[in-house]
Amino acid sequence: MEQRRILLCAGTGCISSGALKARDALLDELNKRGIADQFEIVSSGCHGFCEQGPLFVIHPEDIFYCRVQAEDIPELVEEYLINGRVVDRLLYMDPITNEHIKNHMEIGFYAKQNRRVLHNCGVIDPENIDEYLGSEGYVGLKNALHMEQVAIIDEMKKSGLRGRGGAGFPTGMKWDFTYKAKGKKKYIVCNADEGDPGAFMDRSVLEGDPHAVIEGMAIAAYAIGADEGYVYVRAEYPLAIKRLRLAITAANERGFLGNNILGTTFNFNLKIKEGAGAFVCGEETALLASIEGERGMPRPRPPFPANSGLWGKPTCLNNVETFANVPLIYRIGAEEYGKVGTERSKGTKVFALTGKINNTGLAEVPMGIPMREIIFDIGGGVQHGKKFKAVQIGGPSGGCLPEEQLDLPVDYDSLTAAGAMMGSGGLVVMDEDTCMVDLARYFLTFTQSESCGKCTPCREGTKRMLEILERITQGQGEPADIDALEELAESIKDSSLCGLGQTAPNPVLSTLRYFRHEYEEHIVEGKCRAGACSNLVTYHIDSENCIGCTVCAKNCPVNAITGERKQPHEIDQAACIKCGVCFEKCKFDAVKLK
Amino acid sequence: MKNTEKTNLAERNPVEDIDQIVRRHNVNRGATIPILQDIQNTFGYVATEALTRVSDLTGISESELYSIVTFYSQFRLQPSGKNIIRVCHGTACHLAGADKITESVMHETGAKAGETSEDGLFTVEKVACLGCCSLAPVVTVNDETLARVTPDKARALVIESRDAEKEKTGCKGECQHGKPAV
Repeated sequence: MEQRRILLCAGTGCISSGALKARDALLDELNKRGIADQFEIVSSGCHGFCEQGPLFVIHPEDIFYCRVQAEDIPELVEEYLINGRVVDRLLYMDPITNEHIKNHMEIGFYAKQNRRVLHNCGVIDPENIDEYLGSEGYVGLKNALHMEQVAIIDEMKKSGLRGRGGAGFPTGMKWDFTYKAKGKKKYIVCNADEGDPGAFMDRSVLEGDPHAVIEGMAIAAYAIGADEGYVYVRAEYPLAIKRLRLAITAANERGFLGNNILGTTFNFNLKIKEGAGAFVCGEETALLASIEGERGMPRPRPPFPANSGLWGKPTCLNNVETFANVPLIYRIGAEEYGKVGTERSKGTKVFALTGKINNTGLAEVPMGIPMREIIFDIGGGVQHGKKFKAVQIGGPSGGCLPEEQLDLPVDYDSLTAAGAMMGSGGLVVMDEDTCMVDLARYFLTFTQSESCGKCTPCREGTKRMLEILERITQGQGEPADIDALEELAESIKDSSLCGLGQTAPNPVLSTLRYFRHEYEEHIVEGKCRAGACSNLVTYHIDSENCIGCTVCAKNCPVNAITGERKQPHEIDQAACIKCGVCFEKCKFDAVKLK
Repeated sequence: MKNTEKTNLAERNPVEDIDQIVRRHNVNRGATIPILQDIQNTFGYVATEALTRVSDLTGISESELYSIVTFYSQFRLQPSGKNIIRVCHGTACHLAGADKITESVMHETGAKAGETSEDGLFTVEKVACLGCCSLAPVVTVNDETLARVTPDKARALVIESRDAEKEKTGCKGECQHGKPAV
């Protein structure tokens, strides 16, 4: 009898939802019943739909079970694996029709996606090179090795691939510059220092399909004439590092890395460098300084890394998702690749959907798709039926788009024109409970603490901007603050040394552009309409709703709530630390924000 | 939930360990950060004495090593508590109330962010994005990631591990073990 294949998502998201416990329970249960040999259990990379994790997909019938916990396993084995009766309660339920859906391609979250970069993620075992090979792995490299270097670069230019890490620089041009740079020793570096809060596609690609990145790097190395490469990975991604390390070892053993790759004279050695926790190292020159063992501080450009990069040698840097696109281009050809996307933004982009959205996770869509489709069709709209307020795109370097911009096609140029940017592709959805001033303050806190301190505009300027924003969110803003913010923002943008500083004011500028009235409300009326700025809100107990159950008083960490049993309670405002526990605990909607 | 029980620098021959670590890496400039990372992995932190030894072996000045250790947030110059609680402050976690989680953890452990509680049980850290945004807010305790945390769950978590500790040490609670006297 042929083995049935059970794929379980073992990405970081599903693991934290209990995937490994569920896997152990499954192995136990199958062993107990003596049927373990009928199943092949594969721990795959991220399937993307983290919100519904842990995810189990059973082949050949391709049935999709979600939120499977260890205690669900006996039922799943008995009912479905043995008796063939579908366990409805573990299927995905459409939030609108309330129908149970068996096949993942019928789920809204997956139906509108075009998974090209993620095609192996959640499908193969990332720790087994044979599974990658079985999925046309290393075919792109084999094809490329039959081509001239110039022809490879021309093909890349023709594909129209642009850097997926932030700025969207054409990859083919970068390769060309490095190829033409003088010098025998050249390097390829993969930027896997995915520091943008709210973006995790690079982590998922490394966890789910590490060989795609290795193959992409090998093709790039061959094209530009490099024989050595580094992957610079954040230390915060231990699972990605582990899987990448295994993949590099396997690729070396099979002759896809190392000396005389696939019987040619091409040599390429790939190493991992673990980051040590500095956001600025996502900037290419800072990243190179970090590999060289120094503080990760950016260097002025020019010279660009293409001419003088790692150890002063010509170096080509691309990010994880960019490299993961490369094998596909040499497998299907640039022309076929370019059929997806728009005129100036080719291919697909992976977005990380997070925030107040129903379907959080990773979604890969063709470039040019309207933002509305990503948020409402794939993302399933805003949580708890609340009203959409804005979507933040591009992390601390990006901006936010309000409702009226939602029909904007998602491509590099439209987003930049609207005051946001593609960035690495983090989409954070915000509802009416999000304060836009607080959000701007949040991003400035981030960039301020991550500013390396080398150049004055970024070091001092972001500090001053943050001080103003802190004042505003504490209800001590002054009417002149908005002008001061705008003036500082412009000078920081113009005069900072690297991308971190040049883009740091964007969250402030874009919230000012679309939500200026919220700044004005904070300053003039001392009001935070979202109730997020704790200095501007207080917690009260509505005596009509309060039944005196004492739950709030029992849970208050500072004993600020008093009252007799079955009598309305009261909060002592002087003692209250505004932790919100009472608000969270009250089952009678009696705790109110004012 | 594994404790990060690292061997105390004083309990073994640290110089030998450090020498071995440095020898394992080629002594070139690129190895500086990996050497320091290995030292932290071995001892749980990078002691200033360790920097002196690395400097002697590599010829990189102590001040430069110190500048590297203080630049990267991964490195700590002080030993950590038995349990490291990291509260993610990425965008999604921020929107989901990370500030309140941190407050609740700080309140319950008595340690401020970046510090260790008086009883040495907990080190509390605010960290940038851990990449689990779809399950925000996220907290990691040592090497375990906990998803969709609430201030209340966070509080319970601290109490739970403190109780587990009490059980291990046989303390019956009279010594205020784990909780600073109010």
